[in-house]
Amino acid sequence: MDAEGAKYIGAGLACLAMLGAAIGVGNIFGSFLQGAMRNPSAAQGQFGNLIFGFAVTEALGIFGLLIALLLLFVI
Amino acid sequence: MLGVSNDPMHQFHITRAFGLPEWKLAGFDVSFTNASLFMLIAALLPVTLMTLAMQRRALVPSRGQSMAELLYGFVDGITTSTMGKDGKKFFPMVFTFFIFILTSNMVGMFPYFFTPTTQIIVTFAMAMIVITTVVVIGFYKNGLKFLKLFMPSGIPWPLYFLVIPIEIISFLSRPLTLSLRLFANMLAGHIMLKVFSGFVVMMSAAGAVGLLGSVLPLGLAVGLTALEFLVAFLQAYVFAILTCIYLNDALHPGH
Repeated sequence: MDAEGAKYIGAGLACLAMLGAAIGVGNIFGSFLQGAMRNPSAAQGQFGNLIFGFAVTEALGIFGLLIALLLLFVI
Repeated sequence: MLGVSNDPMHQFHITRAFGLPEWKLAGFDVSFTNASLFMLIAALLPVTLMTLAMQRRALVPSRGQSMAELLYGFVDGITTSTMGKDGKKFFPMVFTFFIFILTSNMVGMFPYFFTPTTQIIVTFAMAMIVITTVVVIGFYKNGLKFLKLFMPSGIPWPLYFLVIPIEIISFLSRPLTLSLRLFANMLAGHIMLKVFSGFVVMMSAAGAVGLLGSVLPLGLAVGLTALEFLVAFLQAYVFAILTCIYLNDALHPGH
């Protein structure tokens, strides 16, 4: 296998990181909606926490995406 | 200059603005580039708008003034809800970051405009300013008690061997995650837009059937543009709220 092919396989594998981020972000918004439906009056106050959890979870997927982009366009 | 290029990375290339010559300072290239131009716009545009909006400070605000007050109240809500009363002092910093990032993201949404936040050095510099402030303020306000940040209270002591390294690693990765999140979100969004618009061009070049088929990616590109506007705002908001949370660690460590 030549280096060029290995690069593309590596980029594809790095994108798997976004699978985990997708599950995590889905979980966060799903749980938030579940909680918000039960007690809509408390939902407004938790918006900051929602975004914080979203940002922290998403960061890990972004790392994978960055590795993929580096493999595709930089190396 | 407006030639269509199929390379999705072409939009991030830094070139000298207006064909200006290269400027050198102590061996470094300090030319006025398109990145500098749009950063200057992102800095001057909100200053001008805010100054104009607050020119006539009326009790019953005009449309411009209420927009400015809305923005102020929004960021004030973020700082006070995360940092409490002590956070007032950091309002100017958070407000500056929020407005600068929001403006540069939004300016980048115009076709052929450059997005300063797609350069990692821009976002990394901002993240380092935040983290340096956190460390300096943390040690200045609390002295060595700031190190309690790495020792969460209320857990049995053998767990400290596990928790302290994790806390230290998570603290050290903060500047990285803070800068990479903004950078990668904007970069990936712009690449995605470019790739989908590329589909439209490629399909419509294929003939009558392709022209019909190109409606689908065109609709998707329009939807993605709307999504990108949301992301542009959301990332500025996320940066501001994370700045507040990190500053809160410096003000009240050991929670």
